[in-house]
Amino acid sequence: MDKKNKSGSGFAGWFAKTSDTNLLLTITITVFFLMYIGAIVFQGKGFLKAQTFFNILNANAALIITSVGLSIVMICGGIDISVGGVVALVSMSCAVYLDFHDGNIFGAIMIAVGIGLAFGVVQGLLVAYLDIQPFIVTLAGMFFARGMTTIVHTAPFNVKNEAFVELKDTRVVVPGFGSVNRLGNYVNAYVEIGVLVAILVVIVFFVVLRWTRLGRGFYAVGGNSQSALMLGINVRRTKFMSHLICGLLAGIAGFVYFLHVGSGSASHASGMEMNAIASSIIGGTLLTGGVGNVIGTLFGVLSLSTIQNIVSSAGLGQAWWTGITIAGMLCLFLVIQSVVMVNKKKLLAK
Amino acid sequence: MKSKFVFNKQLLIPLAAIVALAIFNLIMDPSFFKITLGTNSAGHPVLSGYLITILDYGSELAILAIGMTLVTAASGGQDISVGANIAIVGSVILRVLCGTNSRPETLQAPIIVAFLVACVVAMLFGAFNGILVAYFNIQPMVATLILFTAGRSIAAWINNNELPIINEPSFGYFGGYIPGIAIPTPVFITIICVIVIMLVLKFTTLGLYTQSVGINEKSSRLNGINPQMIKFMTFVILGLCVAVAGLIKVSRLSTINYSVIAKDIEMDAILAVALGGNALSGGKFNMAASILGAYVIQFLTTTLYKMQVNSEALSAYKAVVVIILVVLSAPIVRDKLKKFMEKFKKKEVA
Repeated sequence: MDKKNKSGSGFAGWFAKTSDTNLLLTITITVFFLMYIGAIVFQGKGFLKAQTFFNILNANAALIITSVGLSIVMICGGIDISVGGVVALVSMSCAVYLDFHDGNIFGAIMIAVGIGLAFGVVQGLLVAYLDIQPFIVTLAGMFFARGMTTIVHTAPFNVKNEAFVELKDTRVVVPGFGSVNRLGNYVNAYVEIGVLVAILVVIVFFVVLRWTRLGRGFYAVGGNSQSALMLGINVRRTKFMSHLICGLLAGIAGFVYFLHVGSGSASHASGMEMNAIASSIIGGTLLTGGVGNVIGTLFGVLSLSTIQNIVSSAGLGQAWWTGITIAGMLCLFLVIQSVVMVNKKKLLAK
Repeated sequence: MKSKFVFNKQLLIPLAAIVALAIFNLIMDPSFFKITLGTNSAGHPVLSGYLITILDYGSELAILAIGMTLVTAASGGQDISVGANIAIVGSVILRVLCGTNSRPETLQAPIIVAFLVACVVAMLFGAFNGILVAYFNIQPMVATLILFTAGRSIAAWINNNELPIINEPSFGYFGGYIPGIAIPTPVFITIICVIVIMLVLKFTTLGLYTQSVGINEKSSRLNGINPQMIKFMTFVILGLCVAVAGLIKVSRLSTINYSVIAKDIEMDAILAVALGGNALSGGKFNMAASILGAYVIQFLTTTLYKMQVNSEALSAYKAVVVIILVVLSAPIVRDKLKKFMEKFKKKEVA
């Protein structure tokens, strides 16, 4: 019986044999499709339109980018909760630069990347080279970023810079997915520029995590930093790089977010760190490190935003339901992870 | 063990911080230390002055620091949901006192009943965190992230997003002044809490068990301690602390604002524990140092307010202080400093 299990017949064998990453990825993708089908069945045809799906992407491009960064940090065994604050700081700084200092778009992008890199470098140094708990460092980072946002500018305002508004309103038409509206006209389906950036980021980091030395290093350090050290991996440098990448991606996400909303405000992206962590966890990134996949993260973001859409279209419009559902979903997936991993260990130990 | 109340090394850190802040204020403006006996609008005598403000407003923080120290010691992580939990507690208290009417002429229930209900609710939420941490083995900060997101939403939901206001003056005693007594009531409440926890630590094994679980979970298990139970209990105790702090918080205003009440207090509470020289990774703790740490934070906050720092921007300054503190207390930095000091001494001798 035991031997049969290990040699892989039946569900239990598959369960024990599949790698952790694939197992959690399967769960996530299944949940997403079940949820989307559920939405189509219960919420009517709105969810059948391609544009509904593209709108989810449009609204969540920044979240996808931050979640990819967070997944990398989490795979490496750390965590970064400063991303929401960084996004807010970037969008406020870019807004002030564009409107009050007559800046150009290139400069704004440089500011975004610079702020992101600065946070990544400082936090990475503190975590990797001074051995301080990542949660404390990035909690301080979050409060620092939020505080700095109000110091940069207090009142929220819309950006009127012409070049920027033009870029913001650029629509990339997706051929073949349009639909006929109520008047009988054909309407093209579109995505915003941010979505293209997000997809590019997902592809790049999928490749990095799977086929590069650095990417494999993240998994090794997150899985067991002791044995990674014995294998000759520079553990400190790897940890530092994970925070650096996360900070950089938070900066890029900040610009994408800014491109989507077109305004600066201290309350922007509040709770984004939470959504990003939730997406990563739902996407199968293990909190203890060593397990995860950016494709899973992408599906994590999609699941999260689909459920938000369902909640709001089901008439539970009050603001509090969103918070409660996300927390509920996060809780559910955390417990699933914990239970699945414990059971798997038992199966393997047999 | 003997040195719990006696002056010891760990108390040096917060004491040094207090002295530094006091000197800073003395140079900036000596009137900081003036205490005057005046009368309030109802004609009762009250003490006023910045020092009284620190003692008064530091109360919630000191009470939270008690619970946070225990949680930190046992589980090596911190509870970041305390602020959200205070919002829930406040909401429950107002709900019980006001019933369905949000502007009642008379209280619908005795205050003590409302407080007891709030205690039960807070302990239940503490238990929820405790179960996730102790029995599902989720990192404390991530497990409490669930309530951190959902908490304020739940608080708004309990009162249907209305903002009840209580006109009954006796409700204001807990956060203000009891007529005839010139010292703010929260100070007395804090003193009671501190005495209770000191007695508990002196006469029960709670302190010893918490530390042993924090230092080495496996070996304390082999010695017949149930580590899961201890961790769970610390979270429930923190729940109780949250209930007391929540009562003071709502009593100050006699109303509630769900998104603002006790905002960022989790950061301050963690900071208090860190300032007390307690390792944030668990293990040994010094309760007196944590409580003193809480007052240091309040001292810092009051000083910043006096220097007319915008309350929104306050978090940026505090974050810098946190980073400096954790960097100085990091083992690597400490070792380097020690070596440097030794070299320095040698040179002096030579």
